[in-house]
Amino acid sequence: MEQLDEQERAGARDDGTDGGAAEFPRQRADAPAPRVPGAAEIYLEVQRSPAFQEVRRRYRRFAFPATLAFLLWYLAYVVAATAAPGLMARPVAGAVNVAMVAGLGQFLTTFLLTWAYARHARLRRDRVALQLRWDTQEMTRGAGQW
Amino acid sequence: MVTGDHQTLALLLFSAFVAVTLGITTWVSRDRHGSTEEFYAGGRLFSPMENGFAIAGDYMSAASFLGISGLIALYGYDGMLYSVGFLVAWLVVLLLVAELVRNCGRFTLADVVAARMSERPVRIAAGTSSVAVSVLYLVAQMVGAGSLVALLLGGTGAAARTWTVIGVGALMVIYVSLGGMRATTWIQIVKAVLLMAGTVALTVLVLIRFHGDVNSLLSTAAERSGHGDAFLGPGLKYGGDWTARLDFISLGLALVLGTAGLPHILSRFYTVPTARAARRSVIWSIGLIGGFYLMTIVLGFGAAALIGSDEVRASNASGNTAVPLLALDLGGGAGSTGGTVLFAVVAAVAFATILAVVAGITLASSASVAHDLYASLSRSGGKRYSEVAVARTAAAVIGAVAIGLGLLAADLNVAFLVGLAFAVAASANLPVLLFSLFWRRFTTRGAVWAVYGGLVPAVLLVLVSPVVSGSPESLFPGVDLQLFPLQNPGLVSVPLGFLAGWLGTVTSHEPPDEARHAETEVRALTGAGAV
Repeated sequence: MEQLDEQERAGARDDGTDGGAAEFPRQRADAPAPRVPGAAEIYLEVQRSPAFQEVRRRYRRFAFPATLAFLLWYLAYVVAATAAPGLMARPVAGAVNVAMVAGLGQFLTTFLLTWAYARHARLRRDRVALQLRWDTQEMTRGAGQW
Repeated sequence: MVTGDHQTLALLLFSAFVAVTLGITTWVSRDRHGSTEEFYAGGRLFSPMENGFAIAGDYMSAASFLGISGLIALYGYDGMLYSVGFLVAWLVVLLLVAELVRNCGRFTLADVVAARMSERPVRIAAGTSSVAVSVLYLVAQMVGAGSLVALLLGGTGAAARTWTVIGVGALMVIYVSLGGMRATTWIQIVKAVLLMAGTVALTVLVLIRFHGDVNSLLSTAAERSGHGDAFLGPGLKYGGDWTARLDFISLGLALVLGTAGLPHILSRFYTVPTARAARRSVIWSIGLIGGFYLMTIVLGFGAAALIGSDEVRASNASGNTAVPLLALDLGGGAGSTGGTVLFAVVAAVAFATILAVVAGITLASSASVAHDLYASLSRSGGKRYSEVAVARTAAAVIGAVAIGLGLLAADLNVAFLVGLAFAVAASANLPVLLFSLFWRRFTTRGAVWAVYGGLVPAVLLVLVSPVVSGSPESLFPGVDLQLFPLQNPGLVSVPLGFLAGWLGTVTSHEPPDEARHAETEVRALTGAGAV
C-alpha cells in the first residue's frame, strides 16, 4: 500500500506523466521510456518541429556563449595569477589589490550569470518546453495503445 | 591547545549530532519498503530549497571549511584561488548539466549515456569510473576525518585515528543502508544549516573585532603573516618554478570541470520532481556555496591577523587547525568559557560535515554498483537479488573498502586526494556526459573510449608523478619511477578524455542512432517521458 501511495503522490505532483507504466509491468527498471512501436518516429518528428528547434536554439544561444565566456574569464584569472603576479599585486585602494578585485569579481560574475540564466530560462524557455512535453507525451501514449 | 573541557564539550556535541542523525535515519526508514525510487532518489519529492541545502551539504567538505581557511592563513591569496575554483565550477553544472541530466536519467550518470547507446558496455564503463571517483573522494574524506577528529580531540596517537576512521565508516554504512537517499538528504540539510550558522557566527565575530573595517583586517593579516604585502597577492605557494605554476593551472582546470562529473552531485538532481526544480535547487546551492566560500576568505585572513601565520603553522603544518584556533581566540582565549564553547562548536561542525559528505558519496557509489555494474554484469544469469538489496550490501562493502584504504593512506595529503578525485571526474565522466547530451554523431564506441581514455591516463599519470615516487615527500621516496612532473594530471588527462571520445566516434563502424538521439534531445530539453 505504501508503495502505491508513493506512486500516486509522485504522479499527482508530476501531473500524471507516468503514462504507459501500467501496460509494461515487466519493463526493465532502467529503460528510459517505454519503447513502443512508433515512439522513435514521434521523437524524430518532435525534434524536427519548429517549436522544439526554437527551444533548442534559445537554450544553446544562451548557454554556449555564456559557458565559453565564464570559462575564458576563469582561465584568464588562473593564468594571470601564475604568470603575472606583479600585475595582480598592484594596489587599487588601501590594502586591496588587483588580485583581490579579480577574485571577488569571479564571485560577482558567478552570481550575476546564475541570475541571468535563471531569468532567461524562466521567461524564454520554460513555457514552450512544458507545452512540448505534454504534446509529446500525448503522442507517445497514443502510440502505446496501438 | 586542547584541554579537558574542550574535549568533554566537543564529545558531547559529537554524540548529540550522531544521536540526531541516527534518529533521522530511524524515523525516515519506518514502514518504507525499499523501492529503487525510494532508496536512490528519496521518492523524488524534495523541494528545490531542501535539495539546494542538501547539495550544499554534500559539496562543502571539511577540506573546504578547515583546509581552505588554513591555506589562506598560511599563504594568503594563493589559498583564495581554491574558493574561486570550487564556486565557478557550479556554472558548468547549472548551464550544461543539471536540467538535462534530471530529464534524461533515473538514478546515475550511466543512465544518461546508456539512453542512446548500446547499454551494456556503456553502463559498465560509466559505472566503473563513477565507483573509481567515489572511492578516491571517500578515501580523502576518511583520511581527513581521522586526522582532524584526532587533532581536535587531542588524541594524536595512531589508535584514536584508527578508531575514528572505523567509527565514521560504520556510521555512514548505517545511514545509507538503512535510510537510503531520504535519510542522507536530511542529514545533509542539517549539516548545511549547522555549517552555515557556525561560519556566519565566526565571520561576524571577526568583522566585529575589526569594527567592520576590511582594509584594517587585510593589512593586519599582511603584517602578522611575516610576508608583508606579498601575502595579499598571488605567488607565495604556487609562485615557484614553472612546474609549480603549471601544476596550479592543472589543479584549477580539474576543480572547475570536475564538479559536474562527481556522481554524488549528479545523483542529487534526481531527488526533485522536475528539471525546473533541479535548476532552482542549483540556484539555492550556488547562493549557499558562494556565501560560504566568501566567508572562508574572511576566516582565513582573520586567522592570519588574529593568530599569526607562524602560530597556525606551529599547531598544524598544513594549516588545518587555523579555524579552531581562531574560534578559541574569538571566544575569549584559551581557558575562557566563550573560547571553550566556540572551539567545541567548530569541532562538532567539522565532524558533522565529514559524516554528511561521506554518506552522500557512499550512496552514489552503491547506486553505481547495484544499478549499473550488477544490473549489467549479472544479466546472463538472471537477477537473483533485488537491486535495493544489492545496493545496501554494496554500501557495506564500499564502507569496508574505504575504511581499509583510509587506514592505509593515513599519511597522504587530503587536499591532493580531493584534487585527484576531481581530476578523474573531469577526465572520465565529464567528456562522456557532454558528448552524450550535445553531440549528434556520438556513438557507443566513442562513449566507452571517452570514459577509459580519461580514466586510464588520469590514474597512470598519478602513478608516475612526484606524488608516488622520486621526491622526498613522495609516498615511496626510495623508488624513482617519476616520468611526469605535475602532481595533478588534469591538464593532460582532461583533453585526452575529450580526444578519446572524438576518436572513438569517428572511427566507429556503426552509424549513430538518429532516433535515440532525437529521443535523448527531446527528453533533455522538454522533460517528455522523464520519471
